[in-house]
Amino acid sequence: MLDFQAVVPSIPYILKGIGVTLQIVIGATILGMVLGILLALCKIGKIKVLRLIADFYTSIFRGTPLVLQLMIIYYAIPQLFDINIDPMPAAILAFGLNSGAYISEIIRGGINAVDKGQQEASLALGIPYAKMMKDIILPQAMKNIMPSLMNEFITLNKESAIVTVIGALDIMRRAYVVGGSNYHYLEALMVAGVIYYIMTLILTFLGKKLEKRMSRSD
Amino acid sequence: MIKVENLHKSFGKNEVLKGISTEIKEKEVIAIIGPSGSGKSTFLRCINLLEEPTSGIITIGKDVVTDKRTNIMKVRENVGMVFQHFYLFPHKTVLENLTYAPMNVQGVSKKQAIEIADELLHKVGLYEKRGEYPNRLSGGQKQRVAIARALAMNPSVMLFDEPTSALDPEMVKEVLEVMKTLAHSGMTMVIVTHEMNFAREVADRILFLDGGQLVEDTPPAQFFTEPKSARAKEFLEKVL
Repeated sequence: MLDFQAVVPSIPYILKGIGVTLQIVIGATILGMVLGILLALCKIGKIKVLRLIADFYTSIFRGTPLVLQLMIIYYAIPQLFDINIDPMPAAILAFGLNSGAYISEIIRGGINAVDKGQQEASLALGIPYAKMMKDIILPQAMKNIMPSLMNEFITLNKESAIVTVIGALDIMRRAYVVGGSNYHYLEALMVAGVIYYIMTLILTFLGKKLEKRMSRSD
Repeated sequence: MIKVENLHKSFGKNEVLKGISTEIKEKEVIAIIGPSGSGKSTFLRCINLLEEPTSGIITIGKDVVTDKRTNIMKVRENVGMVFQHFYLFPHKTVLENLTYAPMNVQGVSKKQAIEIADELLHKVGLYEKRGEYPNRLSGGQKQRVAIARALAMNPSVMLFDEPTSALDPEMVKEVLEVMKTLAHSGMTMVIVTHEMNFAREVADRILFLDGGQLVEDTPPAQFFTEPKSARAKEFLEKVL
């Protein structure tokens, strides 16, 4: 029988996981964005070696399970370098490296979708490559790919639940701990589900607002 | 001011320009005319190296632009270009479109860049649109902004690649008026165009291209009344 009364006292404890989850997601997004932009620039650039490296990187991170990448970073890196890595930085690193691969593909597509004339107009004005990318091409690409990026962000928010395997105290882990302590797994996990769902709704709403703001120039 | 010697350009096996030589003097207004596929646009785009010539030498002022050692970006600052499809920066306002390159390429101060931009916007009659984004403008207005954007760099030559071909008929005139004023102000201009009346009225010389060759190089009065070549005659019969 469902008995939510049993988990009510533990809800604040589970809610604290929101902060942990958000830290992971925001940290990973920032890392993923920076990495994604760099990789995308390598992919569209003229230097073959960089292109190959970026493609290889992407194929590795998209071609293996995220949970495997997470566990390699958490368990294998300490073994290799004789250092200890905490669950939080390990999670941020794994998710950041992983989403960098996905984001780079999104951005590459976005850059390619910008009218070639924008580049010609920039060249004709004598605008150097780096400035052209930063001020002319990327801002337009970003606008086009905003929906896909928000999607990636939301996916990351949900998928971050797998950090529970390395013991980071996120929403998921906390729900599991509460369930384990009083054997009301179902109720505790449902609380976690509701929290994730509400977070997704809020992120979707914020994403729509952001898209609207960015399309000012339409 | 611009010297083109034996310019060749091929795209793969397709030879688009088959050895073009000509010279353009300062303050001259040149109209390039010819059937589509004759290489007009390619010729124009070779001048500022948007297309890299297969062979030949192009000199602008003292700079040999086809020389690998020449800093082409520096040369381009001095050569304004206007495109058929405008290519304004859609995420920047009209004013920002005009001030971006002077500030970021030439290092002009913001205050001065805005002064220059405002003056140019007055000249093309769009000062009141300075805060708008390009997508709010009509085609004719966009092209006038594009001309002003190129002029904001204070170039010594202006290249026009079919500047009115993408416009609705009722907007062609406002753009041609701006170009006419510019020509009268002494700007060196090279214009690829299908506007025969404009070419006749404004150009000092007509370059007639056909099949990648410079078939005729004559003043408009002569070109439009008694062209030398049979090909030009045939072309004019079709378009006039």
